[in-house]
Amino acid sequence: MKSASAWVANLLMPLVGLGLTLLIWQLIAGHTEMRRQADGTTEEVKTGLVKDLPGPYTTWQKTSRYIVEPFAKREELDQGVLRFTWYSLIIVAKGYAIALLLGTPLGFFLGLSKSFSRMFDPIIQVLRPVSPLAWMPLGVVLFSNAGRSANELAALFTIAVCSMWPTVLNTAVGVRAIPQDYLNIARVLKLSRWQTLVKIMIPATLPYMFTGYRLSLGIAWLVIVAVEMLTGRIGIGNFLWNEYNNGLYTSIVLCIITIGVVGFLLDRGMSLLERRFKTA
Amino acid sequence: MAFLEISNVSKGFGPAGHRTEVLRDLNLSVERGEFVAVVGYSGAGKTTLINLIAGLQRPDSGSVKLDGVEITGPGPDRGLVFQNYSLLPWLTVRENIALAVNQLFPDWSATRRREHLEHHIGLVGLTHAGDRRPAELSGGMRQRVSLARALAMDPQVLLLDEPLGALDALTRATLQDEISRIATASGKTIVLITNDPDEGILMADRILPLSAGPGATLGPAVVVDLERPRDRKALNHDPRFKAIRGEIVGWLLGPGARKTTTVSRVLVLPDLLPENLDQPRTRFGVKRAPRRRSEEHRETVQVN
Ligand SMILES: Nc1ncnc2c1ncn2[C@@H]1O[C@H](COP(=O)(O)OP(=O)(O)OP(=O)(O)O)[C@@H](O)[C@H]1O
Ligand SMILES: [Mg+2]
Repeated sequence: MKSASAWVANLLMPLVGLGLTLLIWQLIAGHTEMRRQADGTTEEVKTGLVKDLPGPYTTWQKTSRYIVEPFAKREELDQGVLRFTWYSLIIVAKGYAIALLLGTPLGFFLGLSKSFSRMFDPIIQVLRPVSPLAWMPLGVVLFSNAGRSANELAALFTIAVCSMWPTVLNTAVGVRAIPQDYLNIARVLKLSRWQTLVKIMIPATLPYMFTGYRLSLGIAWLVIVAVEMLTGRIGIGNFLWNEYNNGLYTSIVLCIITIGVVGFLLDRGMSLLERRFKTA
Repeated sequence: MAFLEISNVSKGFGPAGHRTEVLRDLNLSVERGEFVAVVGYSGAGKTTLINLIAGLQRPDSGSVKLDGVEITGPGPDRGLVFQNYSLLPWLTVRENIALAVNQLFPDWSATRRREHLEHHIGLVGLTHAGDRRPAELSGGMRQRVSLARALAMDPQVLLLDEPLGALDALTRATLQDEISRIATASGKTIVLITNDPDEGILMADRILPLSAGPGATLGPAVVVDLERPRDRKALNHDPRFKAIRGEIVGWLLGPGARKTTTVSRVLVLPDLLPENLDQPRTRFGVKRAPRRRSEEHRETVQVN
C-alpha cells in the first residue's frame, strides 16, 4: 500500500505534470492551415495563440531525424542531437576542470587568511555577476594569436572564469566553518601543516566544496550555449543558433529540451556525489 | 616541586576595556600518579583551566609547568578528552584512534601499532563498533572513543573535561567505574573536570572546588581518603563520604565561592503593541494602525 502510493507520488505525478505541460504547449502553439484563395490556389496560413511556436507534435515530426539517430554524423552541421551534446560536454568538462583546479585553492586561501580575504573578496564579488557574454569577447582578444586553438582557449577561459565563483566562495565558507575542535586535535597531535591540511582541513571542507562544485557545473553548462553562439564551435548551442538563423524553430525547441535534460542529469549526478561526501 | 604545577595563573577574554577575567590567581599542584578532580559551577572556567594545562591557551600571567618545564603549547604528553568528544566525523572509530597512534608512534611496526589500537578499543569495550562513524554512535560510545584516543596516546597526564557530563545517570555510573578501573591500572596522572561532587569523590584522590566566575579560583583541597575500589552503593551510607561531600558543597555554596554581582544589559523588545481585539473591525481589518513603542528597555537584575 505504502509502496503503491510512493509509486504514484514519484512516477505518476511527474508524468501527469508532463502531460499537462504538453497539453498547454499544444494549446498555445501555432499551427498552419491551408486556405483556398479566391483564384483557386491554396496558401499556408499560421494561426494560434503563439503563431511561431511549433507544437509538440510538429516538433517531433520535424526533428525526429536528430533524435532517432542521436549519434549520426551526416554533415558538419547535420548531426544527431546527442553528438552535438557530446561536443559541448567535452568543452564544458575541460573548462569546468580548470575552474575547479583554480577555484579550490583560491577558496582555501580566502578561507584561511583574513587579510587575503579582505584584499580579494570585493574583487571577487565584482567579477562574479559578470555575464559570459561579457567575458567571451575578452577571451577571444586574449587568445587571438593562439592560431587554430584560439577559439577553444577563449571558450575554456569563459567557462572557467564564469563557473569558478561558487567553488571559490563555498570552499572559503567551508574552511572558515572548520570547528576549532578539529584544529585542536591537530595541535595536540602536533600534525605538521601539510598533515593538518590533508587529514583535517580538506575532509572537513569537502561537503562545502562539493556544494560549490555542483553549482559550478550548473553554471558551466549554462555558459556553453552562449560560448558556442559567439565562437561558432560545433555543439548543441551552435546547432541551436544555426537553426535559428535558418528559421527552423522546431530545432530550437529540441535544443532547449536537450540542454535542460542534460543540465538536470548533471545536477543529479553531482548531488549524488555531494551526498556521498556529507559527513555527520 | 610537584609534577604539574600551576602558579598564580590568571586568564581573561575579550578586548581591553570589556575584558572579563575568568580565572584569577589560581594555584594547583598535582603529584605524579595522582588523580585530582576539579569541581565547579558551569561557566566558572573549568574548560579554560584544562585548556591552559593542555597548552591550547596561554595564561595572561603566572605559569603552568609540567615536570618543571613551562608549557608553551599543546602536545601529546597531555592526552585530552574534550568536553564535546571532538571526534572527526568522516573517520570511523578505528581511524579516529589510528590517526593519533600513527602520528605519535611512527617508528613502531604496523603490527605493533594495530595491536596497540585494538587494545585500547577493547579497553573501552568498543571492539564491535570499531568500523562505525561517530554519527552512528551513542553519546556514551563517543565519549569512550574519545577516552580511548587519549589513552592510546600514552600521555603523561590525562586531562578529562567533564567526560560524562552529557550522559544519563546509568551510563554515567558505568563509565565512572570504567575510568576508575583504567586509572588505577595505568597509574597515570589524571585531572578530571566535573560539575558533580559525587563523581569527584567516587573517582579522585583529591578534590579541588572551583569558585564561581568571573575571577574564579580554587578553594581548599579536600583529600578523599576512601579505599579503592570504591563501591557507590556502600559509599552512600559511609559517614566519611558524607563528611567530604559536605565540606565540598559547603565551600561551593558558601560566601567564598559565590559572588553576587549586578549585570546591566540592553534588551531589544518587539516594536509593536499587540492588536487590540476590543476595537471594532472594518471589512479590511482593524481601523487603528499598529502602534510602535521604543525598542530599547534598560533593566538591572540581581544575579546570584
Ligand atoms: N575563547 C573565549 N573567548 C571569550 N570568552 C570565553 C572563551 N572561552 C571561554 N570564555 C568565557 O569564559 C567563561 C568560562 O568558560 P569555560 O568554558 O571555561 O566554562 P566551563 O566551566 O568549562 O563551563 P561548562 O561547565 O559549561 O563547560 C565563560 O563565561 C565563557 O563565556
Ligand atoms: Mg567546560
